[in-house]
Amino acid sequence: MDYKAIIAKYRDTTGGILEAFNAVQKELSYLPEEVIAEAARIFNIPAAEAYGVATFYSMYSVEARGKNVIRICESAPCHIAGADEVIAALERELGILMGESTVDGLFALEFTECVGQCQATPVITINGEPFFDVTAAKVPGILAKFQK
Amino acid sequence: MINLNIDGINVSVPKGSTILQAAKEVGINVPTLCYHPDQSVKANCRVCVCEVEGYGLLQAACSTPAAEGMLVKTRTPKVIEARKTILELILANHPQDCLNCARNLNCELQTLAEEYFIRDIPFELRTRGYEKDISTFSIVRDPDKCILCNRCIEVCSVTQSVYALGTENRGHNAIVVPTMGKSLLDSPCVMCGQCIHACPVGAITEYEQLDEFFAALNDPNQVVVTQIAPAVRVAIAEEIGMRSGELPMDVFVAGLRQVGFDYVLHTNFTADLTIMEEGHELLDRLNNNGTLPMVTSCSPGWINFCETFYPDLLDNLSTCKSPQQMFGSLAKTYWAEKMDIDPASIYSVSIMPCTAKKYEASRPEMQDSGYQDVDLVLTTREIGRLFRMSGINFKKLAGANFDSWMGAYTGAGVIFGATGGVMEAALRTVYEVVTETELEDVNFTAVRGMEGIKEAEVDLNGTVVKVAVAHGLSNARQMMEEVKAGESPYHFIEVMACPGGCIGGGGQPITKTNADREVRIEAIYVEDENCEIRKSHDNPEVKTIYEEFLIKPLGDKSHDLLHTHYKAKNKKYL
Repeated sequence: MDYKAIIAKYRDTTGGILEAFNAVQKELSYLPEEVIAEAARIFNIPAAEAYGVATFYSMYSVEARGKNVIRICESAPCHIAGADEVIAALERELGILMGESTVDGLFALEFTECVGQCQATPVITINGEPFFDVTAAKVPGILAKFQK
Repeated sequence: MINLNIDGINVSVPKGSTILQAAKEVGINVPTLCYHPDQSVKANCRVCVCEVEGYGLLQAACSTPAAEGMLVKTRTPKVIEARKTILELILANHPQDCLNCARNLNCELQTLAEEYFIRDIPFELRTRGYEKDISTFSIVRDPDKCILCNRCIEVCSVTQSVYALGTENRGHNAIVVPTMGKSLLDSPCVMCGQCIHACPVGAITEYEQLDEFFAALNDPNQVVVTQIAPAVRVAIAEEIGMRSGELPMDVFVAGLRQVGFDYVLHTNFTADLTIMEEGHELLDRLNNNGTLPMVTSCSPGWINFCETFYPDLLDNLSTCKSPQQMFGSLAKTYWAEKMDIDPASIYSVSIMPCTAKKYEASRPEMQDSGYQDVDLVLTTREIGRLFRMSGINFKKLAGANFDSWMGAYTGAGVIFGATGGVMEAALRTVYEVVTETELEDVNFTAVRGMEGIKEAEVDLNGTVVKVAVAHGLSNARQMMEEVKAGESPYHFIEVMACPGGCIGGGGQPITKTNADREVRIEAIYVEDENCEIRKSHDNPEVKTIYEEFLIKPLGDKSHDLLHTHYKAKNKKYL
């Protein structure tokens, strides 16, 4: 992946470093050091500052992680609706714990704050796409769509 | 002017002033922690909160502008209670090991905890559990003690333009880290240690090495020799309860003998020697189309900076070693010979105002004597600790003289300690060497003082030499950008990494403000005025070393022992 070309596209955009990080992360699922360093160069800021931006937003990861990022809401409404069982099912199906990535590099499991879909709890998102009224039983079916 | 009332006292302040500034105007002390008088307002610690009539919430005095008719109360029970809670919350994340902290009794958080009689902290102690970073062996970071005031980040980026520090993560996960969250050694850190002065607590300190000094003292086969840097004498007084400059040089020397140094010599001697070598190097470059402007090389933080950020301009640096390293190579050659001491038995300790000097002494190329030229670098603060534990009463101690051959010095060596000093010392010598006439007035006042960049012109027999002085690395960067663009009008530039020069070095007694640095600068020029000899080339021991050993400036021996080379640092991330 030519991350340099992706970053360069946003050179003249105000706040372009965020756009560039979004675009790269869409491809790689995380922001490697050389991407942060290249962004610092293109946007003419110190690497320490670019790294600050990359770690400020919890949606960015500076550590390698699975391609499909699954986020489970850890706020109260989802918790009451049985998020724990969904978490257990995800961990079981993927064979990893929360905060980890699968060995094949396909999935990462993360927590998120409320995603604003409390009418259909528990909620999970995969690559930003929400899945509603998730139950342990629905988990294998949802994952199957991403397992290719 | 804005008129307001603070704690019942009317005060008028210029528009744009804050409540904090207005309070200070009428002698009301509002506590602060993240606030630094020489930096931008951060308002992140909240300890300066006050009641302001008309506002529902307490307001931070450091960031709230004074407004016409404002009624402020700075010491109501509500305010005191809020400040106490803020302090308790900060302390709930701060290791409670003040007794074995380098900043014990010199810590802004500890002082506030005492003033606000913090007794029981109602919150569970939860420290972050980070390891100390000793990667540079010059500066030590202890992120567990960090209170996130961001003062180190500002001094590193704004004052020094090094940008080695930044913030990682956000909210209660936020932490100050070197570039990319790596070690300080991997970051562009130049080890100037200005972050140590900026830190209100003990989160950044020098790499302490007193134990190595005691081990050398304990070894009967070691002859422990020391050199004192020009900026140390004025400031060491502050470490032993005196005012800047108050400890006379001869009493300082006697004190060093008391704590066990076998021979006490002076970096000022090699400062004078630096002037001889560097002055002639400048003349050589002027006469033979050498690379110009020539830039001074005494400040190891500056050398690190140039090697990190301007690797293409290393030819502009004077090849002269710093006075510390000139001393190091001569102590184990010339001086050992003079004293008939086996150089292998010499343990060479330098007392420096500087943290980057620790790094400089450990550079692999600094072994021209055939041994490690300088074995150990102790900061002014470490010598302060040594003096305090020695129990010496300096008011009653009789003075003593420096030892021979590398102990004599001039006022020109003394002023190396202040910004502009190397330039002034060089001009005193270069002028007389070139014009062969004596200076009527040795004071080049244009290059003195705290202004960031200073310039002057000197007429040397019809050749006008343009010089500039920069201190603080953001000012140095400005100079180097001009050089890079081929637009620098100067022939000779002095750069000191630290604001104010070495008197404000990273190893000096903790310096709260730039105003403290000016007090030390004044003391330096008083010492210069009091010196009988004020020009490096008139130093009798400098004359002797050229007659007996070096033969001439820039000669073969000088080349071997007193000059060096530089190489690009190639840091991965800047």
